[in-house]
Amino acid sequence: MSELTLTLLRLAFLVGLWLFVLFTVLALRRDLRAPREARPARLDLSGPEPERVRQPKPVKAPKQPKKSKNTVGTALLVEEGPLAGTVILLGTEQVTIGRAPDSTLIADDDYVSSRHARIYPSEGVWMVEDLGSTNGTWLDRSRITSPAVLNPGVPVRIGRTVVKLQA
Amino acid sequence: MTMAEPGFRQTVRLTQPTRRLLELFLIACGWGLGVLGTLQVGWTTGEPLGQRFWITAAVVGGLAVVAHLVVRWRIPYADPFLLPVATTLTIIGLVMIYRLDVAAAQSAERRNETPSTPDVYAQLTWYAVATVLFLAVVFLIRDHRRLQRYTYTCGLFGILLLILPLLPVIGSTVNGATLWVHVGSFTFQPGEAAKILLTIFFAGYLVMTRDSLAVVRTKFLGVGLPRARDLGPILVAWAVSLGVLVFQKDLGTSLLFFGLFVAMLFIATQRRVWLGLGAVLFAVGAVGSYFAFSHVRVRVQIWIDPFAYAQDAGYQIVQGLYGFANGGLFGTGLGNGYPQLVPFANTDFIVAALGEELGLTGLFAIILLYGVLIERGLRTAVAVRDPFGQLLAAGLSITMALQVFVIIGGVTRLIPLTGLTTPFLSYGGSSLVANWIIVGLLMVMSHRARQPVAVQHSDPDALTQVVPITRAK
Repeated sequence: MSELTLTLLRLAFLVGLWLFVLFTVLALRRDLRAPREARPARLDLSGPEPERVRQPKPVKAPKQPKKSKNTVGTALLVEEGPLAGTVILLGTEQVTIGRAPDSTLIADDDYVSSRHARIYPSEGVWMVEDLGSTNGTWLDRSRITSPAVLNPGVPVRIGRTVVKLQA
Repeated sequence: MTMAEPGFRQTVRLTQPTRRLLELFLIACGWGLGVLGTLQVGWTTGEPLGQRFWITAAVVGGLAVVAHLVVRWRIPYADPFLLPVATTLTIIGLVMIYRLDVAAAQSAERRNETPSTPDVYAQLTWYAVATVLFLAVVFLIRDHRRLQRYTYTCGLFGILLLILPLLPVIGSTVNGATLWVHVGSFTFQPGEAAKILLTIFFAGYLVMTRDSLAVVRTKFLGVGLPRARDLGPILVAWAVSLGVLVFQKDLGTSLLFFGLFVAMLFIATQRRVWLGLGAVLFAVGAVGSYFAFSHVRVRVQIWIDPFAYAQDAGYQIVQGLYGFANGGLFGTGLGNGYPQLVPFANTDFIVAALGEELGLTGLFAIILLYGVLIERGLRTAVAVRDPFGQLLAAGLSITMALQVFVIIGGVTRLIPLTGLTTPFLSYGGSSLVANWIIVGLLMVMSHRARQPVAVQHSDPDALTQVVPITRAK
């Protein structure tokens, strides 16, 4: 083995070691960064097919015209995060967000608590309330500590998810 | 924005990608690094590699792939970084141990002595045992919360294991530290297993009592301290383990346990007073043992001025420092340095050997790998939903972090040198097995944290709300 070959080998091992670190860190970054692009959200219908057959009645919620007279805002649009592009039409019911299986919007996200936040109607407006989450609920740029009025167009950030109320 | 007709009822969810393919890819990279490194050792030292090398490489690769496949089968949502990083560190350790074996064999040949038995095959056997136990953890502990039932059992066994080396027949003293147990020709360091058991004990105990530890307090010297009856078991465990370790003259492990206890108390109660109290107790203990024990004094003296003791007490650390200096920025290359000049180069001082042959560049990469491993462990602690799991994952990660800090800090003379094994890299079965069990526990926990929550279909209205959902264009 010539001196040159050995030097190249020596550097090759170091390069290999650093490539391993690089691959790992690049892959890790995907976990840390909120994905900008909406990945094809795999919609997992919580009810199997027969359920919809069993209850063929259309849902009562989309009686929005009446509701929107009372409450400002008709729908929640998920702007960022794994579920980006999803629209939740609002009725009179509250919408809960969290990792718990009984949430309206289930976010499988390390930064979201199991019962993270809720959005509920109150006296003609939609309110957003943090339910004691670990990483907080952010209305625009401030972390909310008590129920706050949610105006249309103001982003609410929960973990990696951003939702906006539509008028 | 158009909106489709709302019409179907559902909740929305997205499952996290399992990323098992990434895991396999990283394992393959680590294996390739090992082959490259061993070939380099062979070519540089002129030692023929032969058939034995390829068998070894195949066995290592086989073990890693079996571990990967079982993870894919049993815990598919587990963290994809823990297994490849631990495997790669183990492989780098195997390469370095092989390299030191070659050096020992060649120097024995020059002096016409019979070469000592190579360590690398023993380490390979231990890696196989570690993999089996890793798989046993994956198979048997489907739900880490079941470990909480064995809180006190674990605490008791942990302390018993710590006492074992002090017993007359089976215990033995090696190089001044009494931490070995002999059963027949079989030896092991029970302290490594005790590390895991006591972490489980502390996690379980703190979950039960953390509220009273954090809230109920009696004033003592102006500081709000928890009630004695809440504090009692902790102090007992603390005193017994530290006391035993003082008798065994094992500074590194005492430091490890002390740091672990303080960190877990802090995490469980979220009260900074524990950090302050820990720092004060540590200072008292450190100063006290400096004056009380001569072996502690020696450690501090060779830390402050190793070159004054270069021929006796400080010989090892001075040789280690020469090794780092010889390695420089890019290292001498595997097989090209003199790492065998450092006593215990393949256990305590394997970092010095790696620093010499891979240089600062290589050592930084290895330290970063430890960083990734610990970050993934703490990430698991954040993601796990139950408080016991959170404490256990955090405790296990902190154990590993402290161990890496104490030994690498000691070898590089950042802090006084205390003997500890370098996780995954060092030659030694107990340490390798214990650290692989830790990886297994962390992976089981991360699987449970990341797997999608099962949604009950039986009565959707009871569980899920009726919300019409559409997708925007």
